[in-house]
Amino acid sequence: MPAEAKTEPIATRQAYGAALVDLGKEHEDVVALDADLSVSTQSAKFGKEFPERFFNMGTAEANMMSTACGLAATGKTPYCSTFAVFAAGRAYDQVRLGIAHNKLRVRIGASHGGVSLGEDGASHQMIEDIALMRAMPHMQVIVPADYNQAYRATVESYDKDEPMYMRFGRPSTPIVYEDIPESLGGGVDVIREGKDISLIACGHMVWRALEAAESLEREDGVEAEVLNVAIVKPLDADPVLESISKTGVAVTAEEHRVAGGLADAVRGVAAEQHPVPIFAVGMGDEFGVSGTGEACMEHFGLTPRGIADRAREALVLKPIVSHPPLVGPEWT
Amino acid sequence: MEAAASLANVTMHLRPVPDPKPPPKAPGRDAPPTIAELERWATVLRIDCVRMLAVAKSGHLDSSLSAADIVAALYYRVLRHDSDNPSWTERDRFVLCKGHAAPIQYAALAEHGYFPMHDLMGLRQIGADLQGHPDMNRTPGVEVSTGSLGQGLSMCLGIALALRLDGLDSTAQVFGLMSDGDCQEGQSWEAAMAAAHFGVSNITAIVDYNHLQTDGTTEEVMDTGDVRAKFESFGWDSIEIDGHDMTAVVDALERSRTLDGPAAIVCQTKKGRGVSSMESRFGFHGKPPSPEQAEEALTELEATLERQTAALDEPQLTESE
Repeated sequence: MPAEAKTEPIATRQAYGAALVDLGKEHEDVVALDADLSVSTQSAKFGKEFPERFFNMGTAEANMMSTACGLAATGKTPYCSTFAVFAAGRAYDQVRLGIAHNKLRVRIGASHGGVSLGEDGASHQMIEDIALMRAMPHMQVIVPADYNQAYRATVESYDKDEPMYMRFGRPSTPIVYEDIPESLGGGVDVIREGKDISLIACGHMVWRALEAAESLEREDGVEAEVLNVAIVKPLDADPVLESISKTGVAVTAEEHRVAGGLADAVRGVAAEQHPVPIFAVGMGDEFGVSGTGEACMEHFGLTPRGIADRAREALVLKPIVSHPPLVGPEWT
Repeated sequence: MEAAASLANVTMHLRPVPDPKPPPKAPGRDAPPTIAELERWATVLRIDCVRMLAVAKSGHLDSSLSAADIVAALYYRVLRHDSDNPSWTERDRFVLCKGHAAPIQYAALAEHGYFPMHDLMGLRQIGADLQGHPDMNRTPGVEVSTGSLGQGLSMCLGIALALRLDGLDSTAQVFGLMSDGDCQEGQSWEAAMAAAHFGVSNITAIVDYNHLQTDGTTEEVMDTGDVRAKFESFGWDSIEIDGHDMTAVVDALERSRTLDGPAAIVCQTKKGRGVSSMESRFGFHGKPPSPEQAEEALTELEATLERQTAALDEPQLTESE
């Protein structure tokens, strides 16, 4: 039975749980591990369906990651879930040596990424996981934008060989993709076309970037192009270069530190191949705070308004004459 | 003269050479090696380690020597493994949790034909497959990469759980060789807790408790207390033996296979065992032997080997005689 696309706002972690059950039905070798957060991460659904293939490791994340290494080395495809702060932070060395270094088929389902988890505050708000996992050799980093894409990302992860870090979020998030996409493809989708500025976003910031683009059009007559980067590593450079060579200026948006995150990934590609001004929306040199998820996003400017304002600043710096594009149609 | 001859032996191994050692004098081809033969093999592995480290000029010799008897017992008698088919599904698994003792595992693997003997001389060299710590993607016979202390027992747990899912838990045993350093890492105890919780029956944790670590004795640096009792309190079958008593080592390893829960064998050992100038002496951890120390060690170990080989040639007395 094909999975059902969602239309109402729903958390991306819900998609992980649903997709995990579907993977379990299809593949005998899929096993799931969790560290006493299976209700939050949604892996409990898999546990209910396949109790013999589900291992609740208790609050011992390091042990969970190394156990997953042993399982994968013996032919299983483990999906490990816990909060992003524990998956990428606490168990970094275990992920590094046991999973990434060995190039094992382990998938890390890191839920509650970013500050939008809200009330638990700084200790739980992981804002540097993308940086950590991007820096780790062999590791792929996936940050889906909505439920439908998160479902596809999880199902599709089974078909890939690389170790994978998938970041999901706690709050209900508006739907960006009407249907469950057939594939993540290269991982970068142009979800709104425009010629004046590129808004390049990932995860929870994608729908906010779309709203920012609407307001830029309404209030300033600016046609913003919006790119959703679901695969932050390896970053598919072509669509990014194509967009920035058309618009000549960009703003990145992520619920994460700007250092090491999507902003650095995009700037890295641009700096070498098509330098244009690229402004960033994200967390500075600061930790999160307690509050409702939405209040936390507001507090750090991770809003449609925040993206639109940054875009207006960037547009001031937009070069009057652009470089000839390296990719895309000939410059005339 | 003796020393010079030994050094010639070291450099000789820089290029491909046929294995100069005769096969053990086994009483019958199919019979398992006797205790005396296993002791001789342990010496052979020790000699390989000294040669490797002398050439590599880097690595952990004394930690390899303390584990030599355990590794010889495993590879020559206890482990069900096949060098012609390293990925044989039903094989026992060996995980060197104390990855810094890689030379002793490499020696055992090479002696069993997992890769050519002369590869041993590439240890820790650029372009060679024998990394400083075991790498599963580079070295046949290595089940998982290790080297970060504390992770190995968890990896063993994952392997044991996977074997159980495949219905192989009564066939294939997972042996993890830990160090006292492993016991200082909290993660080892997470794994101990989980193995008991999941009722894993095919896991054997062997602790090569050699009492010396980088900064001093374990008692000075961080006293782990009674490791045997700790495993026991986590619900493991836990025994303590002399890790250089081959009979005790073999018996404990064989026995662990028959238990229906996780088994721990705490082996009291001496760092640098077999080389009197290094035995239980502080200051050798992670340090390769100097050429003089290597010569001295080889002289002593080769004398031991000669004695052990000669003893094997003597007619064996039977019970009735």
